[in-house]
Amino acid sequence: MADVALQPRTARRPIREASRWDLIKANRNYLGFWFMLPAMVFLVLFLAYPLGLGIWISFTDARIGRPGAFVGLENYEWLWGDSIFWLSVFNTLLYTSVASVIKFAIGLYLALLLNENMPFKAMLRALVLIPFIVPTVLSALAFWWIFDSQFSIISWSLKQMGLITDNINFLGDVTWARICVIFANIWRGVPFVAITLLAGLQTVSPSLYEAATLDGATSWQRFRFITYPLLTPIIAVVMTFSVLFTFTDFQLIWAMTRGGPVNATHLMATLSYQRAIIGGVLGEGAAISNAMIPFLLAAIMVSWFGLQRRKWQQGENND
Amino acid sequence: MTDLPTQRLDLKGVLSGSSRTAAADDHSVGMSYLESLPRRLVTLYMPLGIIVVVLLFPFYWMALTAIKPDEQLLDLNTYNPFWTWNPTFKHIYKLLFGSYYPLWLWNTMYVAVCSTVLSIFASVLAAYAIVRLRYRGAQWVGGLIFLSYLVPPSILFIPLATVVFQYGLFDTPFALILTYPTILIPFSTWLLMGYFKTIPFELEECALIDGASRWQILTKIVLPLAIPGLISAFIFCFTLCWNEFIYALTFLTSVQNKTVPVAIVNEFVDGDVYRWGSLMAGALAGSLPLVILYAFFVEHYVSAMTGAVKE
Repeated sequence: MADVALQPRTARRPIREASRWDLIKANRNYLGFWFMLPAMVFLVLFLAYPLGLGIWISFTDARIGRPGAFVGLENYEWLWGDSIFWLSVFNTLLYTSVASVIKFAIGLYLALLLNENMPFKAMLRALVLIPFIVPTVLSALAFWWIFDSQFSIISWSLKQMGLITDNINFLGDVTWARICVIFANIWRGVPFVAITLLAGLQTVSPSLYEAATLDGATSWQRFRFITYPLLTPIIAVVMTFSVLFTFTDFQLIWAMTRGGPVNATHLMATLSYQRAIIGGVLGEGAAISNAMIPFLLAAIMVSWFGLQRRKWQQGENND
Repeated sequence: MTDLPTQRLDLKGVLSGSSRTAAADDHSVGMSYLESLPRRLVTLYMPLGIIVVVLLFPFYWMALTAIKPDEQLLDLNTYNPFWTWNPTFKHIYKLLFGSYYPLWLWNTMYVAVCSTVLSIFASVLAAYAIVRLRYRGAQWVGGLIFLSYLVPPSILFIPLATVVFQYGLFDTPFALILTYPTILIPFSTWLLMGYFKTIPFELEECALIDGASRWQILTKIVLPLAIPGLISAFIFCFTLCWNEFIYALTFLTSVQNKTVPVAIVNEFVDGDVYRWGSLMAGALAGSLPLVILYAFFVEHYVSAMTGAVKE
């Protein structure tokens, strides 16, 4: 019985020399090329090519339905003297800086709170993330209704409390409109910051806090000298993402104010949409959106080098 | 051999998030006994309560508006605006049977599923090649893919509109199905690279010695072990698709082709003072599929979010 089982069922094939084809099939670079192909096709056709094309369009006078002729820096020169463009740059910087700072502060605070031991912890964490899940436009519509000029629930509540006598014209007043869109942006961004920082917090060993407490550290010192340094790398990454996505925000503004009142909430992205797609002047719109690139590069550089420095301080090798 | 993968799978499921809280629980009893209940009430529960209420209030308001009768919506003085005793389904009925809403939901779903599947396919291959084939320049390609994640749609939509027009895709679902992967592939490649790195190299070496091809290794060893990662990537990509606005706004013009976010903003916003009920019903119905999906896969969702950031 055992003999039968051990006998080879077919005669063994002679070992052949590895052919050139076999070698190619096992070659890393050759295989790598085929594995990368689908992703590369997408990214080249719909990302790299449009990115280059966008820069080219900004040097032409293209309009919708008509390829433009090369006009050099004319679009940029025109923008240089355009006060609405500069207003949108100012709005974008204001929007990004204020929203990012507050998002970071509240996000970190919320992460610290959620890191405490308490009942229903898992459920609370799940609830907190919901604003981030719901499509921005749809929650922006809810804010539009909450900030309605006549039927705003906030105005109503304040009036009931006797704090104000007339409805606040939330989205019709320049300052209030800015505050409202920034608030909506913070509302949507805080859960992302909080949950990612919470993940970072959970990697910090509790024994460090215990040791520090024994040494007489106050809770502020524990935060400043333990939590903050250990959290810095993840803070840098999270804030880079947050700043980038706030800076290029489009949908929140478009759903709530469309840039109004009197362009007070126009960001560069919404202005470029208005000029390029609604106004039909593709060249100028492309120039506006390309004007965002230097800011984005600056933000990436700052966080990149911040991260490098931190790594070096912690004694890791720079890679 | 058969139970080895399942074991690993468990470990992966644990790593992906659920364990993180469990592991923290072991330690975090730590010093909390030092704080008394009144103190915790002021420093912890009160601020937390306020933040959670602010974060969730818009959804309550959305849901309440969707079921309030019209006359109560605009009359804040005779009725208490924070509650209603006679809910109506008129707005939701109007939404489902008096508009293209079901069609828009279907469009959104169709576009989201197709582009998610396409991008997961492309990024599984790319991530595997970068992490495990390590062809010449793989590091650089990994870095480039990360950079392409940072290219925002608001820079690309103008040139992409002309590209989409040139390819003859304008105002078709394919305009979105083919452009969304540019947002999704960088993200999911980066996420899956992290997952693939945690799969032991020895398993692949064994398979290589047994004569498996790279494709067999990928489909029979790596993918089954990376299922939590795949689910995370899938859910997150799906959410990103559903949320995408500027491409859908630019590339689609006819009413029947629109996706939910664009359609609600463009078609429901008219001069009617009584629009609020159906507008909020639309916003609510558009968010529900994602919230339900999220409720089932919270841990995967969180690990997708944090995983992409941590790398």
